[in-house]
Amino acid sequence: MTEVAYIDRPSRALYFYAILYLGFLYIPVLFLPMFSFNDNIYIAFPLKGFTTKWYVEMFNNQPMWAALNNSLNVACVSAAIATLLGLFGAKAVTRYRIPGEKPIIFVIMLPMVVPYIIMGVALLILITQLGFDLSLYTVTMAHVLISVPFAMATLIARFEGFDQALEEASTDLGASPLSTFWRVTLPLVFPGVLASFLLCFTISFDEFIMAYFLAGTDPTLPIFIWSQLRFPLRLPGVLALGSLILVVSFVVVFFSHWLRSYRVEKTQPGI
Amino acid sequence: MTSNNDFVSLTDVSKHFGSVVAVDHLSFTISRGEFFSLLGPSGCGKTTLLRMLAGFESPTTGEIYIDGAPMSEVPPHHRPTNMVFQNYAIFPHLNVRANLAYGLRYDKIEKAEVGRRVEEALEMVKLPGFGNRRSNELSGGERQRVALARALIKRPKVLLLDEPLGALDKKLREEMQLELRALQESVGITFIFVTHDQEEALSLSTRIAVMTRGKALQVASPKDLYNHPVSVEVADFIGQMNFVEAQVMDVRNGEAVLDTTGLGKITAPASSDFVQKGANIIVAIRPEKLILSAERRSDGLGAVQGTIKTSAYLGDRDHFYVSVDGCEKPFAVAIAETGANSDQSLDRQSIVWLSWADESLILLPRD
Amino acid sequence: MNETTIEVSAPAPSPKRWGRRLYAWYLRSDALKGFTLLSPTLLVMGLTMLIPFGIMVTISFWAQIGFEFDTTFTLANYGEAVEQPLYRALLLRSLAISGTCAVVTVLVSYPMAYYVAFHVHKHKMTWIILMTVPFFTSYLLRVFAWKVILGYNGVINSGLKGLGLIEEPLAFLLYSPTAVVITLAHAWAAFAILPIYISLEKIDRSLLEAATDLGDGPVKRFLGVTLPLSMPGVIAATLMIFIPTVGDYVTPALVGGPDGIMIANLIQAQFGLVNNWPMGASLAIDMMVVVAVISLLYIWLTRKITEKIA
Repeated sequence: MTEVAYIDRPSRALYFYAILYLGFLYIPVLFLPMFSFNDNIYIAFPLKGFTTKWYVEMFNNQPMWAALNNSLNVACVSAAIATLLGLFGAKAVTRYRIPGEKPIIFVIMLPMVVPYIIMGVALLILITQLGFDLSLYTVTMAHVLISVPFAMATLIARFEGFDQALEEASTDLGASPLSTFWRVTLPLVFPGVLASFLLCFTISFDEFIMAYFLAGTDPTLPIFIWSQLRFPLRLPGVLALGSLILVVSFVVVFFSHWLRSYRVEKTQPGI
Repeated sequence: MTSNNDFVSLTDVSKHFGSVVAVDHLSFTISRGEFFSLLGPSGCGKTTLLRMLAGFESPTTGEIYIDGAPMSEVPPHHRPTNMVFQNYAIFPHLNVRANLAYGLRYDKIEKAEVGRRVEEALEMVKLPGFGNRRSNELSGGERQRVALARALIKRPKVLLLDEPLGALDKKLREEMQLELRALQESVGITFIFVTHDQEEALSLSTRIAVMTRGKALQVASPKDLYNHPVSVEVADFIGQMNFVEAQVMDVRNGEAVLDTTGLGKITAPASSDFVQKGANIIVAIRPEKLILSAERRSDGLGAVQGTIKTSAYLGDRDHFYVSVDGCEKPFAVAIAETGANSDQSLDRQSIVWLSWADESLILLPRD
Repeated sequence: MNETTIEVSAPAPSPKRWGRRLYAWYLRSDALKGFTLLSPTLLVMGLTMLIPFGIMVTISFWAQIGFEFDTTFTLANYGEAVEQPLYRALLLRSLAISGTCAVVTVLVSYPMAYYVAFHVHKHKMTWIILMTVPFFTSYLLRVFAWKVILGYNGVINSGLKGLGLIEEPLAFLLYSPTAVVITLAHAWAAFAILPIYISLEKIDRSLLEAATDLGDGPVKRFLGVTLPLSMPGVIAATLMIFIPTVGDYVTPALVGGPDGIMIANLIQAQFGLVNNWPMGASLAIDMMVVVAVISLLYIWLTRKITEKIA
């Protein structure tokens, strides 16, 4: 205790507050798995008994698998495209002096502050006016739109974290811009690329509002869940699905954080 | 083909960043095999110039020629130059061997030859056996050598060095300076070296360009810069200097009679155009050229009386600051510790006499 | 300085020469290189954002008849949006709910962020992960979890009943604006805490030590140094919650009930059952403009207050 500087002394009160806060954050979420094992078709206390039948029911639910598949496809593709665009954008913004840089960044970051319903509406109008059909492609496009700001933010941080001189050194030693990108830039920003991909994937996988506006006959998983929420009898199955998604999300986020800190040690030595 | 004297040549090179003029109409040449330094305070444009030579910036106007070829259409990865960066820029994801071999891929060299050259380079910078180490396992000095080896292994026509010794502590820096000089002489490549440390530039270079605010004030050998600076700014930047205002009374037979504020009426050798009768100029003299004595000397040297204000002991020499009537700033006098004056006890408030030889006086134009 | 005598041959005007000239110009222009790199991103964002916006603005000036648009310019939609008490009330309610939610969330999250920034020394990363992971789970399900908790037969009610504390379930918990505020606060807390944490983390500890050295106690230190310096993070967090939640659609639909629906539900209806797209567009634009104005006012106001405190 006494090794810590005066300014950094720990505070009992705040500690308890923090625990309470985390409790508030997690307990509601933890109800989902709890009721997913509950042998009761209605979601209410008292708990009736442990069962895994809801999980079994969920596994046999064909439309659910189809929706899951759709979501995975959309999330992968939109994350890949958004990360690529974010990569170019981050490199351009951090390594070059572009006139009008601030307004351009503002425009690119705009989706972060515009409510999704507005963007969903605007895109809906655009697509229908152009005569196209709503489909998973339109959903993917919308997800790219909202993911790019996050991709760029992640990658800009990564680019700023590594010295521009490294790329200049590579060029100076004879590497063409493409060669430099491949041999120096990409290996060094790779953790950022991965983090960006995971972030964008998560955003897309979970996104409901714009998907709802822009999907055609093939639903994404959130849309599927939404449709199930009207049927109380289907609820436990939905909870089972939700709990699984929860666990997977946890694992993915922990993994991506671990990845970031691990790679940083390896690639940012003693600077 | 170019002659050896203009191996690297700048013709009217300027660089503007928006409204900021970083480099202002530079024109000079660098000979093959020179150790050429760009010296100046931060912001003077020396690093910008270096980067233009490397190709990372393009001149706004003017042209750069290397070995006769204009560089404006040549991108940095095709230029016959290589650079040692200020923070070394060692690739952290590759080991030392891979770092050194990095650029050889583009010279289309066979694997066996690459291996041989890498070992040779490691020997040259005195890091044998370091091949498998990574950047985070090297000290600052070792990284500096890896950066040097990586650039030299490509055998460029010109090696550009961006304040490579800035991050090292004094002792290491002095060691590296000697090594660099020896290396350059053995390898024979033209070095262009950027530094703000004038001692470093003086000790290493064959010629120096003193720069400030984008302009080159003087391009000359260290000796010429030290003994024959062309302006007050250069004189003040290189080493320490005493300045006195003066008016030219008469010029005759290469000698000027001057009326000074503080040193009285003196004579000095004059050969420059600006020394005209009636002109206001500056007289400069180096601290080590001033002679300090308790009594007035009788050997006919110019002399003036003054009082010692402060002194500083620097181990190998003493610095005395002598204030003279009529002069704002005290005169700096440097005396070697083992010199003839060392047995004199000169303390504060002592009345002393400053003497000098006329040939030691440097005449400079008033800005 | 030597005179250079380099002979430059007169350029023969050929395509190759022009190509090289262009390339040289391209090399000279830092801006151009940067722009080329940025262009795909800019293009995509421009197409998918600015053009739809443009179209949306255009449509808002039209009217809808059946499945066709009557493209005569009209301000009727905007007129209706302003005059109709329903629209006004709904917009105001949405702003109130989002505003309350933003303020509550920031107030509740600030001490947590403060704790992690100043009082956690080991495993900081773990705390940060714990704080933010909930945000990456399904939003729908988190809202649904609250439905479960607050419902008539939900967790709170059946729990309280089971403990014998109440006879009848508390009806006001669910399907009310309160429910919406609670749910939104919970949903966005994880998101909002990050900007606050980052700006607190960035505060130079030596500033606090200097203040202490000059005689400030903990409270004065907080008000004089910590709070003003963390304001950018607080402002960012508030806006990051306020702006998206005004347009939230899911939460009001699931837990809001008739008293809790917000403007987004109405907008969605225009594009769905009501089938009046121009109206929906004008409502959406209305909402955006109001939110933008309020946000700018808020930023200006907090700047003024911060200057006063510090």
